Amino acid sequence: MINISLLMIMVATALGLVWLRNLLAVVMFSGIFSLTAASLWVVLGAVDVAFTEASVGAGIATVLGLASLALTRTEHEKRTRVFHLPALIVVLVTGAALIYGTLDMPGWGDPDAPIHTHVAPRYIEDSLAETGVPNIVTSVLASYRGFDTLGETTVIFTAGVGVLVLLGRGRRYPVANPRVAAGGGPGRAPAAPGSEGAAVPGDSGEMRFKAILRVGGKLLIPPILLFAFYTQAHGELGPGGGFQAGVIFASAFILYALLFGVPMARAVAPASVLRGTLALGVLIYAGVGIAGVLLGGNYLDYSVLAHDPVHGQELGIILIELGVGITVASAMMTVFFVFAGQDPQQVD
Amino acid sequence: MDFPGLFNYWIVIALMMIGFYIVISQGNLVKKIFGLNIFQVSVFVFYISMGKVEGGTAPILAPGFATYTNPIPSVLILTAIVVGVATMAVGLALVVRIRDAFGSIEDDEIAKLEGDVT
Amino acid sequence: MISVHQPILQIVLPLMAAPICVILRNAFAGWLLALLVTGGAFVASLILLVHVVNEGPVSYAIGGWPPPWGIEYRVDGLSAFVLVTVAAIGFLSMIFARRSVEAEVAADRGYLFYTMYLLCFTGLMGIPVTGDAFNLFVFLEISSLSSYVLISLGTDRRALTAAFRYLIMGTLGATFYVLGIGLLYMVTGTLNIADLAARVPEMTHIRTVQMALAFLTVGLGLKLALFPLHLWLPNAYAFAPTVVTVFLAATATKVAVYALIRIAYTMFGGPTMFAVMPIDEVLVGFGLLSMIVGALAAVWQTNVKRLLAFSSISQIGYMVLGLGLADVTGLAGAVVHIFNHAMIKAILFMAVGCIIFRIGSADLRDIRGFAKPMPITAACVVVGGLSLVGAPLTLGFITKWLLLQGALDRNWWWVAVVIVAASLLALVYVWRLIAAAYLHPPSERVAAVREAPAPMLLALVALTVATVVIAIDGSLIGDFAVVTAKQLLGSGE
Repeated sequence: MINISLLMIMVATALGLVWLRNLLAVVMFSGIFSLTAASLWVVLGAVDVAFTEASVGAGIATVLGLASLALTRTEHEKRTRVFHLPALIVVLVTGAALIYGTLDMPGWGDPDAPIHTHVAPRYIEDSLAETGVPNIVTSVLASYRGFDTLGETTVIFTAGVGVLVLLGRGRRYPVANPRVAAGGGPGRAPAAPGSEGAAVPGDSGEMRFKAILRVGGKLLIPPILLFAFYTQAHGELGPGGGFQAGVIFASAFILYALLFGVPMARAVAPASVLRGTLALGVLIYAGVGIAGVLLGGNYLDYSVLAHDPVHGQELGIILIELGVGITVASAMMTVFFVFAGQDPQQVD
Repeated sequence: MDFPGLFNYWIVIALMMIGFYIVISQGNLVKKIFGLNIFQVSVFVFYISMGKVEGGTAPILAPGFATYTNPIPSVLILTAIVVGVATMAVGLALVVRIRDAFGSIEDDEIAKLEGDVT
Repeated sequence: MISVHQPILQIVLPLMAAPICVILRNAFAGWLLALLVTGGAFVASLILLVHVVNEGPVSYAIGGWPPPWGIEYRVDGLSAFVLVTVAAIGFLSMIFARRSVEAEVAADRGYLFYTMYLLCFTGLMGIPVTGDAFNLFVFLEISSLSSYVLISLGTDRRALTAAFRYLIMGTLGATFYVLGIGLLYMVTGTLNIADLAARVPEMTHIRTVQMALAFLTVGLGLKLALFPLHLWLPNAYAFAPTVVTVFLAATATKVAVYALIRIAYTMFGGPTMFAVMPIDEVLVGFGLLSMIVGALAAVWQTNVKRLLAFSSISQIGYMVLGLGLADVTGLAGAVVHIFNHAMIKAILFMAVGCIIFRIGSADLRDIRGFAKPMPITAACVVVGGLSLVGAPLTLGFITKWLLLQGALDRNWWWVAVVIVAASLLALVYVWRLIAAAYLHPPSERVAAVREAPAPMLLALVALTVATVVIAIDGSLIGDFAVVTAKQLLGSGE
């Protein structure tokens, strides 16, 4: 069974993670874990999720992990506590509770399980007629449960702004005075001389001289961008949508930054523009909802957006997917630029 | 008949618990974050598994197919993946700042520097 | 007369204000926007509460899709009550905020601070009104993620580690929650809370359902900082910027308590479920432990912020205890304490904020004699402190009274003994605070300060007066809580 073999690979990877001391390997193993999970989901018929996990879990998470390791200048953890009795007891009890819980579960793949007979059938039977979108995941995500997706876009926005708050002004903090409980003045370091984005990694290593990589990269970037637009537009028909498109779009810029240096990439996408687009995507999404209210429907009811309800649904879904794509791409780029824009030399 | 079905879930539970174990047993902050990732992805595997329908195809409506995978777990997990990566970005940014402020990303060393253990 | 769209608009407008705040890029404009939006939400939530109390629950189908296919907003008495609590504190914190934020947060970060604050506010407002179990998770994560960032903005470097620990514990809690919802979804096929409420109470014998409740309880237990899952809380509250501490201490854990009530009672049918799986007794046990452990730890603190943080753990214990008592008076005690504790802790943390703003320290030794230069702040500390102890004629007394009655109704006199013991411990730590204010001559540094700035005092005094007024006719809020508790218990047959 392919399921079992993939699950076994995941078990091996996860166990490896417990023992590994090299943090670089930890990040890589985590990426492998995500990629294997994505493969499993393709087998299980969840292609949209697989697409997302491959680009996020194996892609963005790995890049962020590597960047953090460079910034914290750590390769190895000090010592590994492979055996930790209290933790082991907690985990065993939790696991036992879960296994106890599985005993009354419907079997794997059982078509008569409650989740296949309640709520879901309507989506499968009526969603095409009601929304005009063949990809059921897209119609549920963007319309039936569109409010969750607005929340999800807000979460990504929060993360983008959050990383700006934490790292946006470059490195600071000579060791703060721990005695000062609060109250401003003492303990706060002056802002680092070059704030946002001015700090640049001296050079992107030997890569700068690797002409082949650069030419290859230049050739790759346009198709990646094109693919991003395709994924954005194609989300109604096949796997894809604003989220995946946003990640792919951002990855083109990340590649560009890796090959030509962060300043070059930042010149194409300046911080102030990214901050604007980061906010814009959320406003588009939430604004479409308000438009629904103004046109006499409920919040996020797209049917009222056009004369024909189905056209309205299609229009609404395209618009909100656009909002998702814009915010996700801006958030990913912001996060990457902020991480990559830190100066690893500046600490102690 | 029932046994192999549940067996798959048990492996998924083992995966979750390995991730959970990494989070609560390891002292290195980066490792904690990635342990959290393992835990969360395993929960996602659990969700996607329950959406599986024997003989079903990907939930994209097309003529000639009658059985589809349940789309709802996919929708929920798409949201959860995004939440997961958002948390990870903020978490790693915090780790970088902690390294700057304390000169370490090991839990026990930081606790010593904080001067009080709660 | 209310607009049908009101339940959704009071969540979405603060949500939209957050990105606008980023575009404005100005701390003052951000503050003004946050003030207006939270103020508007407060007025709207009051109107909604009156409407719901008079005319029954409101349901709103987002996207026009009928539940359970779409996401539903469902507002009943309890959710409107929690909504008003969050909105009121959110608004008053903003009146209080400007000077305090200027002092504690770097100027170029000001507008991002208000963005994060608005996001956190949105998340916490979204939880009480949602009728969808998964949507609850999404809004929980909006509020949590923004809380981590807000806490990390504290001036002490320990704010960073506090935020990180909270992030790890909070995410574990959220993952447990998702797992619990997954188990429940697996056997019911629905995520709508009303739909679940119609199905789950008949499935209590199914082991998957029992484990679902266990995981949801542990997940929310982490979020609401129930002993022994409380370790993230003291430092998070102690080192966060003061405005953040005021807002989070007063609302975040309370919203988690709300979620636990909603799940245990509305979704699982309360006593029906407890008959099969005695999670109520487990909650009583941990509630009592929280009360005692939190209060004992508070007694030994020298930093006032930390002292109040441990006191929060103790007070959360009261709510969980009431929840676990599972009878009308006990549950009413829990409901009433959500509001009471939010008000009391907001008063006390705001007062500490005033003290830090003027004196620059929150250490009991440094602030001795502050009553002299800051008489109004000190008076508010006394009112808040007495209420925390549960002295007669204060808000806290209503809670203690209901809880004691609830415990005696179940013939658990030993629970009543612990309630009294924890109150005595509260008296000890509150006394340390009051003694520091009045019984010591001010040092030169303290004597030289002035009373806190007017806007900060305005928020502080408004809250204090409100608690006193509400406590004078305690039956109003007490009766409301009893009615709500009856509804909660009735929904499970």
